Amino acid sequence: MSESMCAQASGSKGSGGLIVEKRMLAENIYLMKVYAPRIAKAALPGQFVIVRASEHGERIPLTISDYNAVRGVVTLVTQVVGVSSRLICRKAEGERLTDIAGPLGRPSEFVYKTPAELTSGRWLFVGGGLGAAPVYPQVKWLHAHGATIDVIVGAKSASLLIFQEEMRAVCRTLYIATDDGSAGQKGLVTDVIRRLVEEDRQSYETVVAIGPMIMMKFVAQLAQQYQIPSVVSMNTLMVDGTGMCGACRVTVGGKTQFTCVNGPEFDGALVDFDEAMRRQTMYREIEINGK
Amino acid sequence: MANKIPRIEAREQDPQMRRANFKEVCLGYTDEEAMLEATRCLQCRNPKCVPACPVNIRIPEFIAKTAQGRFVEAAGIIARDSCLPAVCGRVCPQETQCEGCCILGIKGKPVNIGKLERFVADYNRDHGTVFLTKEPANGRRVAIVGSGPAGLSCAHDLAKNGYEVTIFEALHKAGGVLEYGIPEFRLPKGTVVKYEIDNLKQLGVHIETNVIIGRTLTVDALLDEEAFDAVFIASGAGLPKFMNILGENLNGVVSANEFLTRNNLMRAYEVTSDTPIYIGQRVAVVGGGNVAMDAARSALRLGAEVTVVYRRTEKELPARIEEVHHAKEEGVIFRMLCNPVAVLGDERGWVRGLRCVCMELGDPDESGRRSPVVIPDSEFEMATDMVIMSLGTSPNPLIASTTKGLAIDRRQCVVVDEHGATSRKGVFAGGDIVTGAATVILAMGAGRNAAAAIHRFLTKPAMPSSSID
Repeated sequence: MSESMCAQASGSKGSGGLIVEKRMLAENIYLMKVYAPRIAKAALPGQFVIVRASEHGERIPLTISDYNAVRGVVTLVTQVVGVSSRLICRKAEGERLTDIAGPLGRPSEFVYKTPAELTSGRWLFVGGGLGAAPVYPQVKWLHAHGATIDVIVGAKSASLLIFQEEMRAVCRTLYIATDDGSAGQKGLVTDVIRRLVEEDRQSYETVVAIGPMIMMKFVAQLAQQYQIPSVVSMNTLMVDGTGMCGACRVTVGGKTQFTCVNGPEFDGALVDFDEAMRRQTMYREIEINGK
Repeated sequence: MANKIPRIEAREQDPQMRRANFKEVCLGYTDEEAMLEATRCLQCRNPKCVPACPVNIRIPEFIAKTAQGRFVEAAGIIARDSCLPAVCGRVCPQETQCEGCCILGIKGKPVNIGKLERFVADYNRDHGTVFLTKEPANGRRVAIVGSGPAGLSCAHDLAKNGYEVTIFEALHKAGGVLEYGIPEFRLPKGTVVKYEIDNLKQLGVHIETNVIIGRTLTVDALLDEEAFDAVFIASGAGLPKFMNILGENLNGVVSANEFLTRNNLMRAYEVTSDTPIYIGQRVAVVGGGNVAMDAARSALRLGAEVTVVYRRTEKELPARIEEVHHAKEEGVIFRMLCNPVAVLGDERGWVRGLRCVCMELGDPDESGRRSPVVIPDSEFEMATDMVIMSLGTSPNPLIASTTKGLAIDRRQCVVVDEHGATSRKGVFAGGDIVTGAATVILAMGAGRNAAAAIHRFLTKPAMPSSSID
């Protein structure tokens, strides 16, 4: 973050929104560091923000990939998938997001655990695609609290892998899986989990999976098969993100939960993923065909 | 003589026209109409309308000025008690408040107080002045959580009393339910709501959007770190309620909150908005309150055939009479004594219908309302491709769960004494977060009440702040 930008940013009250750094991580995937001192100070692993990139823009939930309370910045990673994410990704360093609000959602459960609980067993994190970004602050936090963590990052191909270096610095072993075999093991993240548990005889106390819902569904199923508790982070539709609209409702253990206030993290064994995936598509036709 | 003049109803957009646009339904009075209607007021020496108003507007006084054509002075009288006259003139349930107590209403029709208030407020906005007189700054700082009606009215009274007031709003736009909930055709945002909020800013009130109290900052942090002397929690209604029936999470089933927020706050009905909105061809709205009417009439304007499904009779509909009347004029179908028992889906997981039962009214329950009872073997299916659930809300747990020592009741509402003081010293609350979902004007009344209590608390700090444990 340049000095002039810092000065410019600190001149504004409230949450700011100035993009102090922007980098392309992979094709169509961008990292942005955004000046938002209150959010940076309050953020904990597992939380997200709501962002708007224009006056007519949608409210888009984005998971927080890193935060620095001293510098007052939060790191967001966005992939161009539709109109609104394209608008966000088009913003240049030195420009402002129209709005940024957060941190939203409940922090990961582990932040409330005792040091003994954190270090009693090994953690396995699984990040699929863009999911590697929100996995990172969790692994970083646990690492800082003495936990031992293995991480699996999956992507379509080597060129789409993100956060490898950062992750290596905070985990015991980083495993890579790519669909085309261009890096790491060819196959799915679940193939790596099988290998670790069945062949390498690794034992894990908890599996945390963040990524596409279909990936989280299969990781949660596999974890259940191995009798390992799993945690997933639901990326549902949202409008306000503060507990008002109910668009984000998911069925967990037969009960309706609101992702924005009860989540976003839930027990993977209890989430109705098929319903969640179906609900995610509710506005897809409108988004593709326009209004 | 005065009461020989028939009540003047305000002109409205033709129902056939307005059902296809989002422009305001009511067109309001002309100067002459307002003056004539104002002459109907009997100027009671002991007016019943004033105590019936939750913010005690000096109604006969402002009406007397209106009758004389002194509209700006009339606005000045209202401004002493209300910071949102153009809003209240449009959305208050006058029939159960001021107009419901008007003496003229005993034998004939009450004075059209609502439309007079609307007229005076609109006239003043277009021609008049902003009433900015306030006490000199007293150096005390008050934080207000939420910029809806309760927060705005509390901010108004405190700012006038010389306090430095900051409102923290979770969304990107100030106004609370006035922005996200009430549709444009009942309450224009760009003119009415924006003007009233701009007035508050001119009065010196700071509004910080995108700050979620309970997440971005806590109530404790406001008191301890941000050095506020008192906090008023007016965070409003919360999570939408659902029926807990089969199929409620099918695609095409939304809460009224979601539907209205997309349409109002995010302006999804405009082509320029990036926010998508789904609208069915045949929409069922479940519920009978003002929010249900707003959802039904919005869906109608987006091109749907709309049916309101309610388990009691029309007499028990909690919505304002005017809203029901307008909805009917516009072509909303009312299916009373009908209750959904399941939402039916197609093979793709989209709603295709409602399974309902017919009801009849049984004996009165403890609230005095006759409770609906299912008629045996009355089940039937109603074809619909969208269901909007409008069943009220339950409080948002965010603030209660992050504020130390804040007492809540079994409905998760914040507990306050008659002055709005919570169990935490220096922390006050009011509006829907205390009462559960209610009206704009009741929230405003709570905001005023709390402003007075905060003033007493900060000027006489020795007084016990609360009787709540």
